[in-house]
Amino acid sequence: MNFHNISCVYRKELTEWLRDRRTLISTVVVPLLAFPILMVGMVSLSSVLIGKAEKETHKVMILGGEDSPQVLDKLRAVQNIEIVPATDDYKHRISEKEVRAAIDIPKGFQSALDRGEEQTVKIYFYEGELRSSSGANQVEKSLKEYRDTIVSSRLSARNVPTSMIKPFDVQQENVAPPEKVSGAALGGILGYMVILLSMTGAIYPAIDLTAGEKERGTMETILSSPISRLDLVLGKFFLVLSASLTTAILSIISMGTSFYVVGRSGFMPAKDAAVLQLHVGLATVLSVFLMALPLAVLFAAVLMTIALFAKTYKEAQSYLTPMTFIVVIPAVASLLPGIDLTAKLALVPILSTSLVCKEIVAGTFHWAFIMLIFLSSSVYAAAALFIAVKMFQRESVLFRS
Amino acid sequence: MIEARGLSKRFHDKKRGEIRAVDNVSFTCQPGKIYGLLGANGAGKTTTLRMLATILEPTDGTALVCGYDVVEQPQKVRANVGFLSTATALYPRLTGQEMVEYFGRLNGLDEPTLKKRVDDIFNRLDMNGFRDRRCDKLSTGMKQKTSIARTLVHDPPVMIFDEPTTGLDVMTARTIIGFISDCRAQGKTVIFSTHIMSEVERLCDFIGIIHDGMLLAEGTLPQLRSKYAEHNLEEIIVKVVGPLQSNPEA
Repeated sequence: MNFHNISCVYRKELTEWLRDRRTLISTVVVPLLAFPILMVGMVSLSSVLIGKAEKETHKVMILGGEDSPQVLDKLRAVQNIEIVPATDDYKHRISEKEVRAAIDIPKGFQSALDRGEEQTVKIYFYEGELRSSSGANQVEKSLKEYRDTIVSSRLSARNVPTSMIKPFDVQQENVAPPEKVSGAALGGILGYMVILLSMTGAIYPAIDLTAGEKERGTMETILSSPISRLDLVLGKFFLVLSASLTTAILSIISMGTSFYVVGRSGFMPAKDAAVLQLHVGLATVLSVFLMALPLAVLFAAVLMTIALFAKTYKEAQSYLTPMTFIVVIPAVASLLPGIDLTAKLALVPILSTSLVCKEIVAGTFHWAFIMLIFLSSSVYAAAALFIAVKMFQRESVLFRS
Repeated sequence: MIEARGLSKRFHDKKRGEIRAVDNVSFTCQPGKIYGLLGANGAGKTTTLRMLATILEPTDGTALVCGYDVVEQPQKVRANVGFLSTATALYPRLTGQEMVEYFGRLNGLDEPTLKKRVDDIFNRLDMNGFRDRRCDKLSTGMKQKTSIARTLVHDPPVMIFDEPTTGLDVMTARTIIGFISDCRAQGKTVIFSTHIMSEVERLCDFIGIIHDGMLLAEGTLPQLRSKYAEHNLEEIIVKVVGPLQSNPEA
């Protein structure tokens, strides 16, 4: 092994990489911009839509109720509600979004109330349609307030205290510190993103440095130089690994910043926004990266080995696209509830790293599992790198025709 | 000096089975001489030259290049060889100068020597006008000059050219032919393969005719003319390869 030659290859590949618009976009631009655009875009869009729906005056029909003027008065007093004349095709008109909801008041509602009989008021709306739900919610809220008023007046008429129907209250109190709350919510996502992006960041450089080199005709040029195949593959491998880690680091910075900015932007309710604040220290982030490092080595080596089989850039892309699914499935599985770290799962690459990252961000350190996962991932990574070096020494792979 | 000793290369093909691309080929190329390797497409020229450049490993036999064994000491062989073919392209995103410097460094040149060598070659080949231009922006002629500079940067005593003028225009091909001739004048050992008979007649001191992986005839041009009683090199090749091969449609 000649470190001068490895460094020479690495520097040359880095120069070419920095000049390649295609790989730069996938490695630097996309991870930097994807999160801010997605987060800010989605949150602002949803807040604008929700706000607009809440402020909008909803057209609502009242079916019946002619014999119950009190409830009609209550409904007419609801803000942002416009009562429109009732028609028999109310369901069709709700579906066509001409009216948002219809309130069915049973016949003799008022007199039944006076007799103390139980009644049901139906609210027809279109589920999944934001404005219809919003209109129905406002109507329901107003009717519940009216019901509570009736209950209170009945109780006071009989000199019964309110505690008679509400003997005790139930309240949940959070004892988890903020970092645990955000860790549980975002812990899985952080590990998942680091894993997924360290793979996607490696794809284009891995193709460019292997199949791309074959396609451009520079493979034979470099093989005619005195550099050993081991030094050549290591120089290339370190560049692919650098690209992979760069993508992951930039993505995490971008994700953290986006969450922080959105959480403080006032677009979201304070409770939801607090969950978005990543209360993770530098040590936690470094731990996640340390755990993901052997996996990044594994990805770089495996992607290079597979791409080396291809004769062209396009062929390599078709080989590597399914790799995304192979990585996504175990990474997503770790986010599912009920999947916890066990000794057996600690030996499953990708899934184990994703699970342990989730725990680390949530502040839990199972040192035995951490050691086992790091070691097993390192063994897989070393094996993949060994195979990559061997593949670079096989003429049938380098000169496949 | 190059000494090929029973050089053989077999490939395995799923459909065709074992293919003997090069079969027990032996020859010697002397310093200050040009050895021309002639043959049809698929005759085994490129495989032979790739084995001499240690890009491919022989299945049997070996070759000595400057005294180094291509099987046992491939890195030392490559350090003494300049290899140029139509398949040895340039890195598109490097400049001409960066390309040449990269290969100089891989050949172990220290920075002061590399700088002096690069300046010298760029002056000699009149390349200063485009030394900072990226290779993907160069014309075909400029690319060939850069490739020549790349093969020369470590001043190798042995030069291997595999069909270096194929697909080139007349002016660019002349540059290459002039360069090969210069290599001989500098006392380098040169071996090159080509389809163009005029190049062989103009350049080669020694000729080897290869067919189906076997070296069927060898000698100087006058020797071959006398042996096969033909003046035209093309007719000599037809006689060597055999009447069945004379019809290109066959």
